[in-house]
Amino acid sequence: MPTLGFRYNTSRRKSYLAAFLVPSLAVIFMFFLVPVLLTLLISLTKMRFSFRWEWVYLGNYVKMMHDRWTPKILSNTLLYVFSTLTLFNVGTGLLISIITNHINEKVGAAFRAIWLLPRITPSTVYALMWLWAIREEPSALFNWILTSLGFEPIKWLWYNPPINWLVIIAVNGFVGASFGMIIFTAALKSIPEDYIRAAKVDGASTWQVVRHVELPLMKWPIMFVTAYQTLSLLTSYEYILLVTDGGPGLYTTEVWALYSYHRAFSQYAGGGELGYGAALSTILVIIGLIMSVIYWKVFRLEELMVEPKIED
Amino acid sequence: MVKSYNRRFIRIKEKLSSAILYLIMSVITLPIILMYLMLFLQSISEELIGLMPTRLTLNNWFFLSDGYIKVPGTEGTFYPNFYLVAFNTFMLALLVGFLEVIFSSLAGYSLSRYKFKGRTQLLALILVLHSFPGITLLIALFYILNVIGLYDTLLGVIIVKVALDLPLGIWIMKGFFDGVSWDMEMSALVDGCNRLQAWWKVVLPSVRNGLMAVLIFGFLSGWSEFIYILTFISTQRYWTLSMLVNALTSSEYFHISPGITAVAAVFYMIPVVMFFLFAQKYLLRIQIASKGTV
Repeated sequence: MPTLGFRYNTSRRKSYLAAFLVPSLAVIFMFFLVPVLLTLLISLTKMRFSFRWEWVYLGNYVKMMHDRWTPKILSNTLLYVFSTLTLFNVGTGLLISIITNHINEKVGAAFRAIWLLPRITPSTVYALMWLWAIREEPSALFNWILTSLGFEPIKWLWYNPPINWLVIIAVNGFVGASFGMIIFTAALKSIPEDYIRAAKVDGASTWQVVRHVELPLMKWPIMFVTAYQTLSLLTSYEYILLVTDGGPGLYTTEVWALYSYHRAFSQYAGGGELGYGAALSTILVIIGLIMSVIYWKVFRLEELMVEPKIED
Repeated sequence: MVKSYNRRFIRIKEKLSSAILYLIMSVITLPIILMYLMLFLQSISEELIGLMPTRLTLNNWFFLSDGYIKVPGTEGTFYPNFYLVAFNTFMLALLVGFLEVIFSSLAGYSLSRYKFKGRTQLLALILVLHSFPGITLLIALFYILNVIGLYDTLLGVIIVKVALDLPLGIWIMKGFFDGVSWDMEMSALVDGCNRLQAWWKVVLPSVRNGLMAVLIFGFLSGWSEFIYILTFISTQRYWTLSMLVNALTSSEYFHISPGITAVAAVFYMIPVVMFFLFAQKYLLRIQIASKGTV
């Protein structure tokens, strides 16, 4: 740095520095870092709504291993994360970005805008629309369409796991697809036009351009979306809570994160166990921490942490 | 002859494949369009058969005259006044938005401009937290709010939202500050501004887009919040629209017309639609920076 006409005295500069960082660091410490530690500590207790610290140490984890619902919840979670991720977050996201990249640009942008709508719609309104659309009456939106096309109406929310899961995956997927869509579209737009024009001149069809030019260049974005959305799906339960609340029946669509919520906050039997809920959450917290660190390493985010351009 | 035939064949093939693309795109997008259409039509019809209203009416909207949602067959209501709920939602969203802008622009500036011991570690921490799912901390946050006496207050919800959104906000703002030339700021300092004045008068105006992005993100994040309200609020007086819409979702058991529920939901959507129509570039920017909720 060239010598500047004057220098700040260090203590004054430091006091500005402190003043600027303090508000953020204080709330992040108190309501982000402390909760990480507290989740771990509460998971070692039998805490209920009286907030008494009755230590059971690893008792909750032993209980988790013997919980008759653990295998069911675990397989539900894997099914939910894997299906939503492949069918929607990556699959549909990729489909939308490739198609909208090959049709009229304005129409394509309009389609992408529509897909962004579920993401910014408040979850309760979004869930309300789904719950109305899938009501069992023939007059409800989806059954109305089905019956007009000559199909039988479907009882979407009656106990029928394949149908129930279809609903849950679609509800989450129509929100989830837009993240991949944005990332993939940005990646597609960065492919030099010459590549595509050269392929077209050589007589390649749209499908061949997609298959041999675009998809190979999407490997990295697909990995990025897969990694980020796996963690998001693993820990998200808001839409499931609103649409099926883990039902119908016992834990048909209950996933790990929702199970933790229910064990801690449900008003029904099995609820109110903050300690056990925290133990279930701790598993997710640990997975979350590990994956966050991995993203940071793998996606070379530290390159973003270059030295400031300014005086020391 | 053969050649021109070939070319025409290729052109037809191109047109056909482009038609197929439009068709696929329309079919997969249709459910979204139909659901929003259904919600809107429901708000202006007596009854809805699929997408066909039996009769169009504005009756559903009349409860907005005083915000009182009367339960048919009773003299009372189960629900807090609509305008109180809307006001709560607005205040929550506004405060979350403004606090996030203020906190993250201060911290982002500091992290962009100053070199200090522990800066690298702090940036690493913020990056890791930015992809860490805050929702997993619900139980611990519930405990903390109870212990410090902020359970069942909107202030508690606001602070939690701000804390969990901040790593993203700081990250966005730091990026914007990195793009502001140091020379410009330096000349302000040479002209006799102190650090704070230079920040306020020179730096902040040139990161207006970043401030808008964080403000809109914070506002929408507060406006739509559901789980933290559901878990940290127990008094109806502090409900926000997400709680009211959720309660009205099952209101048919109390013979409240779905039309009223639809009106509440459409009203709730107004700011979202405004931002959607007029501020999409900010929304896109945030979606790329954020990890996305699902």
